[in-house]
Parts: sequence; C-alpha cells; structure tokens
Amino acid sequence: MFEISPAEWTAILLSLRVAVIATLVATPFGIALAWLLARREFWGKSILDALVHLPLVLPPVVTGYLLLLTFGRRGLVGAWLADNLGIVFAFRWTGAALACGIMSFPLLVRPIRLSIEAIDRRLEQASSTLGAAPWQVFATVTLPLALPGVLAGMVLGFAKAIGEFGATITFVSNIPGETQTISSAIYSLIQTPDGDAAAARLVLISIAIAMSALIASEWFARRATKRLHGN
Amino acid sequence: MLRVDVTKQLGEFSLEAKFESQGRVIGLFGASGAGKTSLINMIAGLLRPDRGVIALDDEMLDDTSEGIHVPPHRRRIGYVFQDARLFPHLDVRQNLDYGRRMNRLPEDPAQHARVTGLLDIGHLLDRRPGKLSGGERQRVALGRALLSKPRLLLLDEPLGSLDEGRKEEILPYLVRLRDEGIPMVYVSHDAAELRQLATQIVILKGGRVTALGGVKVLT
Repeated sequence: MFEISPAEWTAILLSLRVAVIATLVATPFGIALAWLLARREFWGKSILDALVHLPLVLPPVVTGYLLLLTFGRRGLVGAWLADNLGIVFAFRWTGAALACGIMSFPLLVRPIRLSIEAIDRRLEQASSTLGAAPWQVFATVTLPLALPGVLAGMVLGFAKAIGEFGATITFVSNIPGETQTISSAIYSLIQTPDGDAAAARLVLISIAIAMSALIASEWFARRATKRLHGN
Repeated sequence: MLRVDVTKQLGEFSLEAKFESQGRVIGLFGASGAGKTSLINMIAGLLRPDRGVIALDDEMLDDTSEGIHVPPHRRRIGYVFQDARLFPHLDVRQNLDYGRRMNRLPEDPAQHARVTGLLDIGHLLDRRPGKLSGGERQRVALGRALLSKPRLLLLDEPLGSLDEGRKEEILPYLVRLRDEGIPMVYVSHDAAELRQLATQIVILKGGRVTALGGVKVLT
C-alpha cells in the first residue's frame, strides 16, 4: 500500500516545486499590496481589495479560463511574453505556478494585512522622529513586526497552492511530468480502474502537507502576538 | 531658538498658538485637551499646520505660505512620548542605537557611555522592552532620543504614565538633562514639575495661548 511509484513521486515533487515557486514569487507582491491596503487611503481601494479576493470567490475554472485567454500562446500578455522574453506559461509547469500563485494570493495577503494593521502606528511615528525615512520605517519597524504574519501568509498560500486544482487543470491541463500536480494526478487516478490505492496514497500525502501548513501557520501567529508584546 | 505661529483645525477643536523661545526649556502647560500634544506633534512634523510657520534656529521647518514642510525624519528633533514607544522587537541596546543608525552617524562610544551613565540604564542593555518597568522604559526612551543627537528635544508628559514614586525617580534625570543644555519643549499639566524644570512657560487653554513668561506665570 505504501510503495510510492515513480509517477506519484513526479507528481509530488512537481506540486512542491510549483507551490514553492508560486509562494516565493507572490510574497513580495503580497507584502506590497497588504501594506497598501493596510496603510494607505486612495481612490479605488475597495475595488483593488475586491480584485485581490476575486480568486477566492470565482469558480476556479473561470480563473483558469481567464488565465488561458490572457497568458495562453495567443493571449495578449502570453504572446508578448513569449515573443519578447521567451517566457511561456501555456501547458508548462510555470503556468501551473502562475495559476497557483493567483489562486493562493488572497490567502497570502490576508494575514500580512492583518498583522500590519495590528502594528501600533505610533511606533512608526517614533521611528520617523528618530530620523528614519519612510522606507527605513518600513524596513526596520513595520516589516520586522509583521514578519510572523508574513510567514503565516506564506504558509497558508503554500498550502492553498499545493492543493490547487481547477484553475491549474483549465489553464495548463494535466500532463504527467510537466503540469500534473498531486491534485490532477488524484483526479486522473480515480477515473482509472485500479487507481484507488494510488489515489489514497496521494490523498494521505495532501492531508499531511495541508495539516503541517496549518499547524505551522498557527505557530507563527502565536509568535506574532508574543513579539508585539516585547517579550 | 524656536519660533511657532500656527493654526490648525482638528474636528471641532481649533488650535491657534504663537510663541518664541527665549529660555532653554519651554514648559508647555495646560489641562488635557488644551492642544498641547497637537502642538508639539506639529513641531515634530508629525502633524501639518493648516496655516503658519515653525522655525528652528535659522531653518524654516514649516511655512504654509511657501509650501514648506520638512518631514519628521529630516528635522533632527527628538521626541519622548508619554508611552515611551520603545520598539518591542529590539533590545534596549538596539533601541538606543536606532537613531544613530537611521541618521548614519558614526559610532560615538563616549556619548553612549555618558548617556547610559546619566540615565542609569547601562545594566538594561540586553533586555527587551517587555521586561522593563515603566520608569526604566521612560529612561530608555529618553536615552534613545538623546543619542539621535537632536537639535531640540520634545517631551510629552514623560512622567504622565508613572505613579508618584516613579516620578520622583525620573525627575532628577530630567534636571540633569536640562543642565546639559539641550533645548527642550516640556509638556505637562503638572505645575510643580514645570517649576523644577522649565525656564520659560507657555500656557495653553482651549487651543489658545493664554499666558507667556517666566515660571512666575504658573500661579
């Protein structure tokens, strides 16, 4: 029962690679957006906020289809990227990472935003009276105090990315070794006669990954509280 | 020398203040809600006046008619808040060193030793702010502001959050600080405190300056 086949290993490793890359690339954007939403008032803020959360409420197949229209080989952005920078998303693992990054983005941004909102702005004022320029205030006060939230967001985003299915399979299909993640491998296996045992193994592995991510995220949240109380 | 002539509307409350410093320590006296904190927040650059000027020595910090507003981090004005506001993720040593690092000043061990000695905080350097008493926290906040080498030091009720015993503990340090010769604006609603520290008094009432002069105006 617990012999993991090479094909399953391929799917697991691909899932990990896709989720790690998606999380690492999305994090700087997530921090910037979280800061903007937490600390700035500007026209269109509620629209931006809604846009960030959109992947959470849209059917994943819609997001995937929109990605295909935009980043596919004939898509507006996709064609330009392929011609000018040689970056291709369609039916590649990079496309899976893009889909996962976008689908997990709301979960990445939220804890970061909450932890920035929880920081006492008077500490940022104190920092500026001590000579810190706005970017220094961010780098030396805001970001370090928000760090546990950033890590929690990364963990949650990673967990979501590793389980993503609908948008990924719509955008980049289900090609073993290239775009077949754990989720799409399970999907294929349960449609194959005798695939049950393999599907069960992958199911257990996804449960294990998701549980570890949630526990880690909880742990970071506790660290955050402690850090803000200066102990 | 500090010159202030500003107006500011804050909701229903209007603040209008005009004074010039003559003495080294200006005591800003008034009940809570008189506008003291708003006024020194304007001097620090944390709040922009609606109209008027703030000048320190020969430098114009705010001049609304010219559109001048020097941001707080370029003013070199130290600020000691009532609630200390130490950075909770840094230990005392790093808190003290913060202003020097931000202003890219060279290390100055002599000054560091003098300030930690003056305030008796040498034994606290490795602690986190969460492990300090209220009085210790306030002394570290004073040290942190001093070590950023400010041209002017603003103190907003630095004893306000302390009980009587603690106040007696800090007051001598403030007197030492005054005798060091750093220009200060000291905000308080406690006349006794100001009599000990200030050389000039500005009384603020309902957002207006009602009296100016020596400590004698504190009747």
